[in-house]
Amino acid sequence: MSATPAAEDPFDFEQVTVSNVSRHYGRRRALTRVSLTLRRGEVVGLLGPNGAGKSTLLGLLASLIAPSAGTVRYGDRTADAAGALLRGRLGLLSHELRLYPELTARENLDFFAGLYGLPDAAARVSAALERARLADRAGDAVQGFSRGMRQRLALERTLLHDPRLVLLDEPFTGLDEGSCRALASRLRDLRSARRMVLVATHDLDLIDGIVDRAVLLRRGRVGTLAEAGGTLRERYRAALAE
Amino acid sequence: MGEFCRIAWLVMRKDLRVEVRSRELVYTTVFFATSCVLVFSFAFVREGRPLAGVEAGIVWVALAYAGQLALGRAFERELGQDALRALLLAPVERSAIFVGKLLGIVLLMAIVEVVVVFLVTLFFSSALIEQAFWLAALLAAATVGFAAVGTLFAAMLARSQSRAVLLPVLLYPVTIPVLVAGVSGTIALLAAEPNLDQARFWLALIAFFDVVFLTLTLWTFEPLMAE
Repeated sequence: MSATPAAEDPFDFEQVTVSNVSRHYGRRRALTRVSLTLRRGEVVGLLGPNGAGKSTLLGLLASLIAPSAGTVRYGDRTADAAGALLRGRLGLLSHELRLYPELTARENLDFFAGLYGLPDAAARVSAALERARLADRAGDAVQGFSRGMRQRLALERTLLHDPRLVLLDEPFTGLDEGSCRALASRLRDLRSARRMVLVATHDLDLIDGIVDRAVLLRRGRVGTLAEAGGTLRERYRAALAE
Repeated sequence: MGEFCRIAWLVMRKDLRVEVRSRELVYTTVFFATSCVLVFSFAFVREGRPLAGVEAGIVWVALAYAGQLALGRAFERELGQDALRALLLAPVERSAIFVGKLLGIVLLMAIVEVVVVFLVTLFFSSALIEQAFWLAALLAAATVGFAAVGTLFAAMLARSQSRAVLLPVLLYPVTIPVLVAGVSGTIALLAAEPNLDQARFWLALIAFFDVVFLTLTLWTFEPLMAE
């Protein structure tokens, strides 16, 4: 039986390489020959209209979905080769917040801290609750929280184990202005800490100036987004108009 | 092994904590099992006398259907917020997650079993409790086998829209040997002269199925959970 990677992890990676990855669901093509590279210390935006394949790509990078063709490499290893060690280095915040509504905020974080085998779990959980601005509601069941509060808690659950690769799917959903600013600051902190961050979002104005670069997905393929020449939203609209 | 047990314990404790807060599964299954025993008591008790030998069938039918109810809901909960994926993303052996879920189901079914045995003893003036040790052994062994197969199928079907239909279709054909052995072992215990040798034979058969089922389910859980 293997120990948790948090305790004894020799696995680390400087970049993630997606090479010619396709993913089909029956006859429907969610992704077609997608290639991209994520490097440490980078915050990358993943843009695209609804149904473009953003969530599928995040699922692939999180090793929850296997590619139909092509490879995803974390450093020099694939997800199959790295197994649980890789999963300990990933953090995924998805549309569904993956919290247990009957449990309190603290119990949710305690449970995941336990699963990840984190040292000094109690201190980490308390710090996470402070960052989520939920310290005074730590003993309340999550089912009584607003969407924004749950979103903040889910973000802290995602980052609790200090993952190398952070995958965020619409992280600004339900957040008020203050929480959006806090999240933007958090993303900058993650870049300073040399984490790889991929943010799928439609809130282009919020991430403009935070992301180092952006990748456009369109009908499952990587599209071309101008690197300069206007705001991110203007470039995105121009790319979609082509 | 310590790490495996720690994860299984964490998952089981979480499930029990959720159940204590919602009481959804325990209320549903106990209510169903109680209704089942009551209906059978009207059908099979005539002029205050129960038909001979029906208790064994009633106990096992009530448990099988109550168990199926619990299995279906146990994984629907994980789907509510897509928490199942969060579990699968954790850097732990997935078979430990399976064992944690299994233990939670087994404990819940044990509560239902206590209620069913009590009610059957009461309504059918049954001698079930006189052979408490062997009955408990039969129930415990059969519950492990039934719940192991059921937990695997419930997890497999968690993302299927037809899970409510497919779960019993898959579950009963596979677990029928365990249920038949359970009924036969209980009939042996309830005979005018309890036949302990026969009860031990059926218990050994259930234990054999438990070993086969546990081995197969632990082996197949991880690949079946891959999307």
